[in-house]
Amino acid sequence: MTLLVKDLSLSYGRTEILRNITFSLPAGCRAALIGPNGTGKSSLLRAIAGLQPHGGTVSMLSGERPEDAIAYMPQDTGTASALTVLEVVLLGRLRSLGMRVAEKDREAALEALAVFGLSDLQLRTLGHLSGGQRQLVFLAQALVRAPAVLLLDEPTAALDLRHQILVLDIVHKHCREHGILAIAAMHDLGLATRFADQIISLSDGSILATGTPEAVLTAATIETLYGVTAEITRTASGGFAITPTGLSNPPGSQKERVSA
Amino acid sequence: MTHSIPKNRPQDQKDYSSLTNRRFGVALAGFMLVAMAAIADMLIGPSFLNVFDVLAALIDADGAGDPMAVVIVHDIRLPMTLTGLIVGASLGIGGALMQTILGNPLASPYTLGFSAAAGLGASIAILTGFSLGPLSAFSVPVAAFSTASLAAILVLGLSWRRGMSAEVMVLAGIATLFLFQSLQSLIQYMAAPEILQEIVFWVFGSLLKAGWTSVRVSGSILILGCLLILPNLWHLTALRLGEARAASLGVKVKPLRLRVFAIVALLTAGAVSFVGTIGFIGLVAPHIARMLVGEDQRLLLPLSGVAGAGIMIGASIASKLIAPGAVVPIGIVTAIIGVPFLFGLILKQRRAYW
Repeated sequence: MTLLVKDLSLSYGRTEILRNITFSLPAGCRAALIGPNGTGKSSLLRAIAGLQPHGGTVSMLSGERPEDAIAYMPQDTGTASALTVLEVVLLGRLRSLGMRVAEKDREAALEALAVFGLSDLQLRTLGHLSGGQRQLVFLAQALVRAPAVLLLDEPTAALDLRHQILVLDIVHKHCREHGILAIAAMHDLGLATRFADQIISLSDGSILATGTPEAVLTAATIETLYGVTAEITRTASGGFAITPTGLSNPPGSQKERVSA
Repeated sequence: MTHSIPKNRPQDQKDYSSLTNRRFGVALAGFMLVAMAAIADMLIGPSFLNVFDVLAALIDADGAGDPMAVVIVHDIRLPMTLTGLIVGASLGIGGALMQTILGNPLASPYTLGFSAAAGLGASIAILTGFSLGPLSAFSVPVAAFSTASLAAILVLGLSWRRGMSAEVMVLAGIATLFLFQSLQSLIQYMAAPEILQEIVFWVFGSLLKAGWTSVRVSGSILILGCLLILPNLWHLTALRLGEARAASLGVKVKPLRLRVFAIVALLTAGAVSFVGTIGFIGLVAPHIARMLVGEDQRLLLPLSGVAGAGIMIGASIASKLIAPGAVVPIGIVTAIIGVPFLFGLILKQRRAYW
């Protein structure tokens, strides 16, 4: 099971957002999609999920239809609803839900809640959860669909440090155990290196570099992507420490890059 | 599992089926309550029939009881009560659907201009003496139905060009409300006094206009609307998580909005064409239902219907009690009856719903 994205392009009206996006990722891989604000990370995820008309193709090597294999989790915008946690997770099985909730759907939802340690919250309403708990509920909703590919848009935005690690570790573990390909759009490069074994960097709507964190996250790439100079050091534990040292083109300078 | 979420209050550990059963019980209790209120409604009226005569007339269709009571009950009170139930249920369900597809707690058939449009149609028909010849009893309802449909098409057309976004639909709907209200005021301003009185009586909304025709027509529309909405129940529930999430779960949001909006237009036009403008119910019945059974549309929609029917019947009883011997138009009473009930529920609830 490999995800193939070929020549993907996307425009809103006359504004070109993405062009010539081509990459393939294997099952079990965890990829982080990085790049500055407005560079098309969310649009790319939506396009892959089939929610945004686009040029080019998205396909699965297994021949599965992408819409059956892909679960997409939008960025959390503070959804408050009186739906209970269990109902929210059940909605992940939308296609098979009827007037009566089938036993197997309910079992699957309860199981997904257990994976995330949310069993005790099943009758709580969504509006009563903290941001971190809500994010876990939506992850459970995505995973109850038993996807081959999981697309996450900013899964750790607005979460405290503990929940950032918690959410990413659970996704990491679950995807590894079930051979799920996960692609997450992320801003925090430190978290991205912790989570991902592949990095895809987007700049102005096209791919700047793809590869392992070691290969992609160089001082040169970070300067091209963000216009920021940075020092990159390996930590004792084998991770990365990325320390920004300044702007390479401070505001007002001639070469200042304008990014949306 | 190395990580775990801190455990919360123990009462959360009850399982889902007990919650579902409790909600189903609440819905059933609501239904029984409204059924009893409907019987009480038929016992009350300007012609002071005694309870036994009314019940005898209701049970015995062959007219063995007091013939006068049989005529009053069968030809006046029963169709009035049934129309009240149907209209209330249509508006309640229509309001719930509207709030769900637009993600807006203030949306209702009334706030989006359908009722005002029906009022304009009726006013024009009354002013011009529009008549459908042999079917003259249908003249005003048909005119009201037509303009309500026109308003729906207007809002839909405008929204369609803007990608069926909820904000545009709400804005277009409220603009339509003001447009049709102004046109109706203009007609009222220009009308002769006796015509004005007739228009005002229609606009107030009254079950005195009800009969077996309204029961059959509005009832058929209500049944049709419910059948049409059945396949979309879970999609509507998903929409309560927001448009982006619903889409990510596989809901085709634009076609769903279009379809449900059309169904609401049908339900509302069917409800108000015969009895006139009745506000408030479409706005409030869904909120009452949501507080009682939550957002699962499989229960929310039926209970919104029951709540709407309940407010309508409560208003009908009150409208007959306020001035014994006369009947105050029900459109005036619905809010007076419904608001204290709603406020009570708001004060009792700890959960936030919007």
